Amino acid sequence: MFQKIYNWFDERYQITSSRDFFAKKTVPVHKHFVWYYFGGITLFLFIVQVVTGILLLFYYKPSAAEAFESVKFIMTRVEFGWLIRSIHSWSANLMVFSAFVHLFSAFFLKSYRPPREATWITGSFLFFIVMGLGFTGYLLPWNELSFFATKVGTQIAGAVPVVGSYIRTILRGGEEISDATITRFFALHVMVLPIAAAAFMGLHLIMVQLQGMSEPLSQISNPDKKSMKFFPNFLLRDVIVWLIIFAGLLALSVIFPWELGKKADPFSPTPLGIKPEWYFVWMFQTLKIIPAKILLFDGEVLGILGFGAAGLALVMLPFIDIWARKEKRNPLLSILGICVILYILLMTYLAYFGPQK
Amino acid sequence: MAQKKITRRQFINYILSGSLLGLAASAAYSILRYITPPEGTETAVSSVVAARKGELVLNSGKIFRFGDKPGILINTAGGELVAFNAVCTHLNCTVQYDPQGRYILCACHNGHFDLTGKVISGPPPRPLEQYKVNTRGDEIIVSKNI
Repeated sequence: MFQKIYNWFDERYQITSSRDFFAKKTVPVHKHFVWYYFGGITLFLFIVQVVTGILLLFYYKPSAAEAFESVKFIMTRVEFGWLIRSIHSWSANLMVFSAFVHLFSAFFLKSYRPPREATWITGSFLFFIVMGLGFTGYLLPWNELSFFATKVGTQIAGAVPVVGSYIRTILRGGEEISDATITRFFALHVMVLPIAAAAFMGLHLIMVQLQGMSEPLSQISNPDKKSMKFFPNFLLRDVIVWLIIFAGLLALSVIFPWELGKKADPFSPTPLGIKPEWYFVWMFQTLKIIPAKILLFDGEVLGILGFGAAGLALVMLPFIDIWARKEKRNPLLSILGICVILYILLMTYLAYFGPQK
Repeated sequence: MAQKKITRRQFINYILSGSLLGLAASAAYSILRYITPPEGTETAVSSVVAARKGELVLNSGKIFRFGDKPGILINTAGGELVAFNAVCTHLNCTVQYDPQGRYILCACHNGHFDLTGKVISGPPPRPLEQYKVNTRGDEIIVSKNI
């Protein structure tokens, strides 16, 4: 019966030829092999986000008056609501972490070397989209922390020269964070960004499938190269990793259920110790320590322009690393990458454990 | 002078790509206009009743609503009433009064302002906008310095 159905589709859509393509595809095996799993982990967590996100939509109400109460309702009245919301929040954080690891591993293994420049560029856009999903989703429960984090975050966008205040107004739906902001963030979080993510993910995956996984430079001259079949050997390993991640995600969601916090009050002072999500904290801390004026310029504007320049450099990396283009090693960029990681860790540490006042 | 002739196919291609570009541009413009919030949705307020007399004890502050923005009214240790726009000039957080330090604090990035609104320390680039404070009977009225 199954064979008949298969044959029916195969006659029309040539499934066997694409199956043959996957059957021929191999994955290089070497000491850095473990990093290949992180792309798959990020994808898996994205799928978890889509499924739990759709479930949350059944009850969530995107308005300043009702958002907090609707999330509270999900967590206290709806059966397994607390679990779905907790999985959604934990999975979002793990997805950002996994995207960070995937990005930095691709950076250190110099996977952006020709002919994979476009794979890197689509990947870096995906990274920004994931951060955007985190930022927009953070406001949706309309709690105190998320309210002020969004206020700061949108104000940062507003400090961009020339177009800043326009971007801020568009993001906020007005001058202040209000009902208009939550509906905009909701639209971005559940439609615009997921569609963009799906499009870029599709492109990214097609490129990876067509070109295969990149080998690190150290492997190129290795006479004793090893590889394994993508289907089923690597895919089955991927599935096992996904199951482990899912088990960990469930454990985290059950043992440390995500808190809802206090309802946002736009007319209360910003509480002490306010921080954005951990993955934005290093930028937040940078803006905290940067002097008000550097020469003639506002410190915050310079800081924000610096973040923008770093983002642009990240996207353009395949064209900046001229050594990697010639398949040559140069430790300069790797050292710079290590410095960036150390800087992010230091700023994050200072934000959480440094002097608060 | 020899004139360069274009084929009918090229002509159609130009027309089609031109119309497509025009269509994309007009769609982009309409979308951009659509997502720009209409003006005048926020009410302009020039003065409000921020508190009642006796509501604020000495050396304390209160956040009040000034239109769609928060304001801060402080009864200083010396018994003087001062009011400011409570939106920090750094990144828009809402400031608060610190009775121990007797200064205005922005908890987001640790900005400090004195009781005239001037920046004492931290990253805020500009002072807080000061409001005028008057009393009318039992009411403390805060208004913009226009």
